Order: sequence, then C-alpha cells, then structure tokens
Amino acid sequence: MMKGIVSSAFAGRSAGAIGAAFALLSCRDAFAAWSDLNLPVGVTPLSRIVYDLHMLILWICVVIGIVVFGIMFISILRHRKSLGAKAAQFHHSTFAEIAWTAIPVVILVAMAIPSTQTLIEMEDTSRADMTVKVTGYQWKWKYEFIEDDLTIHSSLAPSSREAIYEDPSRVENYLLEVDNPIVFPTGKKVRLLLTADDVIHAWWVPAFGQKKDAIPGYINEIWVQVDEPGVYRGQCAELCGRDHGFMPIVVEAMPPEEYEAWVADRKAAQAEQKALAEREWEKPELMALGKDIHLTSCAACHQADGTGIEGAFPSIRASEIATGELRAHIDVVMQGRVGTAMRSFASQLDDVELAAVLTYQRNALGNATGDIVQPAMVSAVRDQMRRIEEGG
Amino acid sequence: MSANQAHAHAADSIAEHDHHGPPPGLLRWVFTTNHKDIGTLYLWFALIMFFVGGALALGIRAELFKPGLQLLDPHLFNQFTTMHALIMIFGAVMPAFVGFANWLVPMMIGAPDMALPRMNNWSFWILPFAFTLLLATFFMPGGAPAGGWTMYPPLVLQGGSNVAFLIFAVHMMGISSIMGAINVIVTILNMRAPGMTLLRMPLFVWSWLITAFLLIAAMPVLAGAVTMLLTDKFFGTSFFNAAGGGDPVMFQHIFWFFGHPEVYIMILPAFGIISQIIPTFSRKPLFGYESMVYATASIAFISFIVWAHHMFTVGMPLTGELFFMYTTMLIAVPTGVKVFNWMATMWRGSMTFETPMLWAIAFVVLFTIGGFSGLMLAITPVDFQYHDTYFVVAHFHYVLVTGAVFAIIAGAYYWLPKWTGHNYDETLGKWHFWLSTISVNVLFFPQHFLGLAGMPRRIPDYALQFADWNMVSSVGAFVFGFSQLLFVYIVVQTIRGGKKATDQVWEGAEGLEWTLASPAPYHTFEQPPSIKEDSAHPGTPLPAH
Repeated sequence: MMKGIVSSAFAGRSAGAIGAAFALLSCRDAFAAWSDLNLPVGVTPLSRIVYDLHMLILWICVVIGIVVFGIMFISILRHRKSLGAKAAQFHHSTFAEIAWTAIPVVILVAMAIPSTQTLIEMEDTSRADMTVKVTGYQWKWKYEFIEDDLTIHSSLAPSSREAIYEDPSRVENYLLEVDNPIVFPTGKKVRLLLTADDVIHAWWVPAFGQKKDAIPGYINEIWVQVDEPGVYRGQCAELCGRDHGFMPIVVEAMPPEEYEAWVADRKAAQAEQKALAEREWEKPELMALGKDIHLTSCAACHQADGTGIEGAFPSIRASEIATGELRAHIDVVMQGRVGTAMRSFASQLDDVELAAVLTYQRNALGNATGDIVQPAMVSAVRDQMRRIEEGG
Repeated sequence: MSANQAHAHAADSIAEHDHHGPPPGLLRWVFTTNHKDIGTLYLWFALIMFFVGGALALGIRAELFKPGLQLLDPHLFNQFTTMHALIMIFGAVMPAFVGFANWLVPMMIGAPDMALPRMNNWSFWILPFAFTLLLATFFMPGGAPAGGWTMYPPLVLQGGSNVAFLIFAVHMMGISSIMGAINVIVTILNMRAPGMTLLRMPLFVWSWLITAFLLIAAMPVLAGAVTMLLTDKFFGTSFFNAAGGGDPVMFQHIFWFFGHPEVYIMILPAFGIISQIIPTFSRKPLFGYESMVYATASIAFISFIVWAHHMFTVGMPLTGELFFMYTTMLIAVPTGVKVFNWMATMWRGSMTFETPMLWAIAFVVLFTIGGFSGLMLAITPVDFQYHDTYFVVAHFHYVLVTGAVFAIIAGAYYWLPKWTGHNYDETLGKWHFWLSTISVNVLFFPQHFLGLAGMPRRIPDYALQFADWNMVSSVGAFVFGFSQLLFVYIVVQTIRGGKKATDQVWEGAEGLEWTLASPAPYHTFEQPPSIKEDSAHPGTPLPAH
C-alpha cells in the first residue's frame, strides 16, 4: 500500500512536469514560469518530500473534481427541461450514500499515512550539527550562531527601502534583499530556535519547506539542511505591524569551509566595530551614521522626518524626550516603553549605533539641543542596566 | 389550553385590534417587531456593510495593483485589511443570514412570527450602533484597528484607543448574535405548525437551527477572549503577556475555538439556501434529506475539535498537530456527502437555469474548489508552506465569497418575488451572475498561484515576481466590485415594480412559504396550517387542507 502511495507521489511529480511544459508552451513569458504558479521544489530533503505530498494531494483533488464536476455538467447538459427531460422522483439510495461516505474515508486515510510520516520527520530536530537562534523584532531579524558565538542583525536592504515610494521595477530582489545576509553550511543539519522580542513573527524561506512562528516567551524549533549552494530568500509570514511586508530573510548556503571563512570574517569586522566604540567620535560622523540608523530602525514608526503618526507613533520633532534631559532619551531608546510599540533597542543596536542615532535625533529632525552622545556614555548606561538586572 | 388554541387565540386578538398593515412612517422600522420588517432591516444593513467592506477591499487591491507603495501607508493598509474582514464577517455575511432566518423561518414552519419579537427588534438595532463604534475608529488618532481581524496579542495591544472601541463593538455584535440565535432556536422548537415534525422541516430551517446552537456556544468564547485583551491593555493584567507570565498562544487557542465554529456559522445557512434552490429548479426532491441533516450536524460537531489547524505554525507538540490534522481531514466526509447529494439531486432532474439556479450551481462548483484547497491546508506538513500566504487568502475567499456570498445572492433572487410581489428582471440577473462569476475567479484564482509561489498575506507591497498575478487579481476585484452595483439596481427595480409574481413563483417550488400570497402579507399563518407529510418530497411539507 505504502509503495503505491509513494509511486503515485512520483507520478504526481512527473505529471507536474508535463503541466509545467504545457504552461511554458501556452503562456506568454510573464506568466510562463512554473515557479510563478506552484510551490517550489526547494533545496532541502524536507522541502522535496513536502512538494511531493503537495502534488499528490493536488492531483487527488483534481481527479475528484473532474469526476464530481463532470457528473454535474453531464446532468446540466442532458437533464434540462428545454430538452424535454422529465424529472425522476428518486430521493434516496442507501448504497450510494454508504459508498460516498466510505470511499472518501479510504482516500483520506491514504493521504494521512504519508502526511503523518512527513510530519514526524519534520518535527525531529535531534542530532543537529549546529544551532542558530533567530529572534524577530519589529522589523528585523537577529541571528545568533550559538557554537560560533556570532550575532548578526539583518534588515531590509537600503536599495529596496529607497525604491518603495519610487519605481521598484529596476531594483534587484526588491523587498527580498537584506543588509546582512546570513550563511548556512551546506549538508549540515541546522537547528533553528525561533523566538521574538515584541510581537509574533514567522520565519519562512519557501525553498526550505518550513515555516514557524517566532513568539515572545516561546522557543520554537525547526531544522534545515540545505544541499545545494545558493542564495535563498524569504520573508516574515505573520502580521507584525506596520512594516510586516518589509522584513525579508536571506540565507546563503556555502560549503562548510566557506562558511567557516565567513564566520571568521564577520567576527573580525565586529571586533573592529567594537574598537570603534572606545574612541571619541566627531559630531559629523555620528550625524551621518545616525541618519542611516534612524532610517532603518526608527523611521517605520516615527517617519523619516521624525513627525510620527498622530495617535499611533509619537513625534520626535520638538518632543519632550528628544529635546529634554539626555538620560531620559537614552533610557527610552535603550529600554523601550512597556505596553507600546516602542521596544528596547539595547540588544538590537551597538554602542556606536545608539550614540549616533541619539545624537542625530537631538540635532536633526527640527531639534537642536547641541548634545553629542558618545559611545562611551551608552556603554556606561549598558553596564548600569546589566548591574540592575543581575542585582534584581 | 392546547398550544394550538393558544396560537389561534393570539391570532384572534391581533385581528381584533386590526393590526394588519405596518404603521406608516420611519418609526415603523425603529419599533417594528414584525419578523418580515426585521428581516428586511437585516438584509439592507448587510448590503450596506457589504459595500463598505467592499470599498476597503478595493482600496487594498488598488494598492496591490503594482509593486511599490502608491496609495496607502502600510499602517493604513493594515487598518483596511483588518476592518475589511471584521465588516464582511460580522456586518455583511452574518446579518444577511439572520435576515434570511427572520423572513423565512416563520413562513417555512407555519408560525405567525418569531417567538421573541421584541428581542428580535433589539438584536437588530444593536448592530448599527456596534458598527458606528467600529467605523468611528477610522477618524480617531492612530486610526482603526490594524492588528488583523484575528486580534492576536501582543500586536493588537499596540493599538491606541481603537482597542477599546474594537472590543466593545465585538461585544455588542456578540450580544446581537446570541439573542438572534436564541430567538431562532425558541421559534423552531416551539412554534412549528401542527404536524411539522423536526424531520419534515425544510433544510434551510435545519441548517439555521444547528447554526444557532453554534452561535450560542461560540460567541461567548470570543467575548471572553476579547475581554481578557481589554484588561491586558487597560488594567495591567497579563493573560497574554509573556513578560508577565501570560501566554500569547493561549489567545489564539481561545480565539479559534470561537473562530472555527464561526466559519461554519457563515456556511451552514448557505448550505440550507442551496438545498432549497437546487431541488426547485431540478423539479426533483432533494436527494438524501436525512443524510443532509446528519451531515450538517456532524460538521457542526467536528467544527469544535479542529480549531488549531489555524495555528499549525505556532509550535504545537507533534501529537497535537496530528490530532488536528486528522479531525480537519474528517470534515471532508460530511461536506462531501452534501456536495454528492446536490449532485444527485440534479441528476435526472428536469432542470431550468433561472438566476437563482445559476448562482446555486456556481456555489456548488466554487465552494467545492474552496473545499479542495481546505483539504490541502489540512495536511499539516504541507500547511507549513501554505500557512499565512495568499493560498490561504484564495481558500477562504472561495468558501466565503463564492460560498457564503453567492448563496446569499442566490437566496435573494430566489425569494425576492415572494418578498416584493414582483419578478426581478431575468436578463439583468443573468448579466449580474456572469459578470460576477467570471470576475470573481479572475480575482481569487490567481491568488492560489501567488501563495504557492511564496507571497505572504497581509503585506502592502511585494517582490517583483508577484506583480503579474497581483495585477490580474486587482482587475478582477474592480470588475467584481462594480458588478454588485447592478444587484442593487435590480433589487430596487424589483421593489418598485415589475411583473406580478405568482404565489408559487417557481414551477418546481415546494414548501409552506410558496403557499402564501406574493408579496407575503404583513401577518402570515395567524391560523397555523396543519401539515401532512409529502412522502415523495421529504423536507417539503405541504398544508393538509
């Protein structure tokens, strides 16, 4: 029985290929690609099983549809009053009713068996080669490569962001490009631990055949084993507020040696960044970096010009916080505000970035406090926060 | 005193006071306790909300016409998707079915009115106030609710004052629905004419009896869930706040314990309407009347044990995922029985294809397509791919638009001559049907492709590979939306005049409502008819006299 199901799954796949060829022949270019019409086969062992299962169920539905709609249309064509059809008066058939209850049950059981096997395999995250913790934020992803002690923040690439209100048609990978892509080694079983810091997000790369919610207070698990090197794109799949449509995911799969090189490279860059935090920064440098940070991390709510959206997101321009006492401003940005969309940026931005964005907001967007925030000041607040946390 | 005598006595006292026609003026509609008036109010309210929700949908489709943001800020886009769903579900589809219940249940079971006429008035008049509250949020600082109609915390709690308005509006809709449901149950169980046993009731009445029980079981659960949201937002509780020891996923469990029965609240009455129409135009009794009743009851029962299939990606234990996959697949069995019964009813009939029949046939075909995608979504390991994509959007619009809404329109054409006394314009009705049916498929079918190719739902802008099908879908949306204006024209034209309808209206129509004059008099069945079973036509009782 199992053999029959599996082989029909493969039959489904080849039938799918015939359908693809047909689509290629009959449609004009824009609609031609089968990949625009169907689930991707994907590049992981799971995604291929999922694709086969999808095609199997799809073809079962198509066959049932042809039978049911076929019978209906035969009677629509033949049993018309205008053709002189006289209505039969039967209204019951125990045999038919038992048959069309029992046959669907058999078909459903046949569907349930491979589905159950696939599900068991998908949920088995044991014996993973490495672990990556993924945290969803409004609206970016944080990736912590646990074994390699590497943290990456990944948000929408500026090339896409700048085109949203302009003409996106020439932007490569519009809305599916990030500033910092992550890398998975090919052939390794990567276990992903998913959580979120503010609202619920969902991590989804279609080519991996997996999707799971990232929920505050929860750690969900999935596993991914990419077999083919390449760049794979996805995006957040759970409504998470204003910029839900603008938090893509990009994963590059490389052979393990290249992955190791990438880790070393990123760590060196981060060490350099850390050294930067220790020096004194000039105002123009802070302002320039601060503008970028404002646009990527703050503007979604507070808007690029800092005016916010009335009733939903407060204005930074001439606000009490951005023009008042500096420490209060630092605290709001680093710790967030409970019960609002304003979350803690302490874990999302480093000392230099925080210092820059604070300086920018206090000296631009119509504000002119003259304050310069140095990375060292942010670092001191961070130490203080850590002490309070440990003490509490 | 027997029930029969009491019935007759009540009818006499009405006759003595000479309350035969409706009082004149607008206050008639405010104070009315007449089931036909209240049915009319519900139907007009639903139609107005259908256009409000439809306007929001067109705003969404206009923004999605091409990549990039042109018309709506993403925050406003989220408000549109949220409000579109709330208005269509609670403002259009549910009130429309209650309108049908009001008009038809008493006329189909031979009762003079609903059992609780004053409560009936109140049930309706809560609704305009609830929707005023809800729609007013568009004009408040921060705008309307933008966290999706499912109101998932923590996102929904990021809203401003609209959270309170949303929750109170939902409470009011719930009160209205529960009272409406109580009225339907009491009417059906207590006011059937002598001889109208349960298994002689028309299937529409059966479907509403079962729906009413679903409403009574499900709506209080929603009320509880949103009340917890309210206290989380405004009174510092942490029911759903992980940082305070609460659980955001618990909200989803509670919500969908309401939400899945809600799906069947919106489709079972549609099954009822279709089960009245198909036998009429096939001139043949409904096939498998009793199995239809049992199938409806089974669907209602199973609807309470499948809720977590809406949340397969939240990270449930394997056994939980398997349980909800199996129960969800099981729903295909009774649903299949219904489709097969409709198919068998048409088989060897003597069919004609007046407008209501066209809509009913389109319902069977397109709802079944929605059922197929539903079966695909039930398969948990594959659902991980479909979940929260346009594939889901296509699925639930096939069951709700070409399912529920098509049934409502079919029913409106079917009973319009009985309600107004005039025949509608058949040519225009057919135009309305073909325009709608073609455009609705142009609108929703490509959304299957979009979802499979990887487009998430609820996004205001998308990657370039989704551009073509989004454009096609938007074109379909505008044609479908504007085609519905034709429906309003046809309805108004039919009310104002037209060819006088006969009492039976349709050659093959059977059942008590067709024994009444067209238009149905203001008061009907003041003397209960006595029913004999028509053994050749189960579910279509005939008066004995």
